[in-house]
Amino acid sequence: MGKVSQRVVHDFLRHDKKFPHVWCSGCSNGTILGTIIRAIAEQNLDRNNITMVSGIGCSSRMPVYIDLNTLHSLHGRAIAFATGIKTFKPDMKVIVVTGDGDSTAIGGNHLIHAARRNIDMTVIVVNNNIYGMTGGQYSPTTPDDAKATTSPYGNFDRQFDICDLVIGAGATYVARSSAFHTMELQKMIVDAMNHKGFSIIDVISACPVIYGRMNKKGGPPEMMQAMRDNTVLNTATAKLPPEKLEGKTIRGVFKNVQCPEYCEQYAKVVEKIKETSDE
Amino acid sequence: MSQKVEKDRTGTIIREEDSSEKMTVEVNEVKTTGDFDAPVYIYYNWCKKCGICVAFCPTKCLARKADGSPYVKYPEKCIHCETCDRLCPDFAITGAKDKKGGAYGPK
Repeated sequence: MGKVSQRVVHDFLRHDKKFPHVWCSGCSNGTILGTIIRAIAEQNLDRNNITMVSGIGCSSRMPVYIDLNTLHSLHGRAIAFATGIKTFKPDMKVIVVTGDGDSTAIGGNHLIHAARRNIDMTVIVVNNNIYGMTGGQYSPTTPDDAKATTSPYGNFDRQFDICDLVIGAGATYVARSSAFHTMELQKMIVDAMNHKGFSIIDVISACPVIYGRMNKKGGPPEMMQAMRDNTVLNTATAKLPPEKLEGKTIRGVFKNVQCPEYCEQYAKVVEKIKETSDE
Repeated sequence: MSQKVEKDRTGTIIREEDSSEKMTVEVNEVKTTGDFDAPVYIYYNWCKKCGICVAFCPTKCLARKADGSPYVKYPEKCIHCETCDRLCPDFAITGAKDKKGGAYGPK
């Protein structure tokens, strides 16, 4: 893995935007944006051939700061916009950055149907377990008994496991990592960008100001430490005793298969119709 | 480009850069005295004082000032492992080395 330093990250930022960025102190969004930039810089790709699409939310402000082709779209509709870009320009590498509420609640249908079609895009779900930007409402991934503005006595809704959801819907590259494991995340983003088909990475992230403060999770370093201590790599789970796995989140690549891709299938249909109409 | 160079009590050089670019950075440049001759740059204008770099520094060479922002307390301990560089949410610190052995700093 090539070393990519902060100077390269600064090269990718839009310096006409206001810095320091809008995210709160200790928010993982900056770390994840840095990791995405490192993954893009590592591959030496032409910046004109990459588009970053986002919806609405804290994490969806990433395209404002990164100097690529970017699109800041409607709430939950990031994957729908990305589908339009990908079908019009199949050679374009499309990265979608959404939050957990943006992708699984409001854009839930877009997520599962993009996974079902197996359209070639990379979706990075920044999963901070809460709607941060709108004031801390609980989201489909808020854990049991966690406090949010709309669940002051603890949340009792059951949660989505984003990885299981998209595996069921038919995604072909599914992985989970965290904002703490930046090297692992960078490798996953590179693999996902080079994967032909729908690839999704569920990134566990920290919201120290709203979620952390409401649930007494401590400051930014403590929340980062929790990401390190409460997660296990899926290749290590077989060796560990079951009591050590209790309450742990499993990281790693869960699915990596090759299936027919949507744009290729579409092009084939177009070719077939052209052939038949010539006769 | 005008430069203002000051030295504070701990011997670190505080340099303020005024460039034509909109990115102005106040840099804390610390020359390490160990095997490496590479400084650690901290952009205080961008730092939000979250304390992640100090908490995860493997050699504990960073420490926090009274206001919470980091400074290089033990320059000789820095091994240029890039941990602070990677974990910083504000792109505000860099301690990585380039191929020639010098640090990646502001341009």
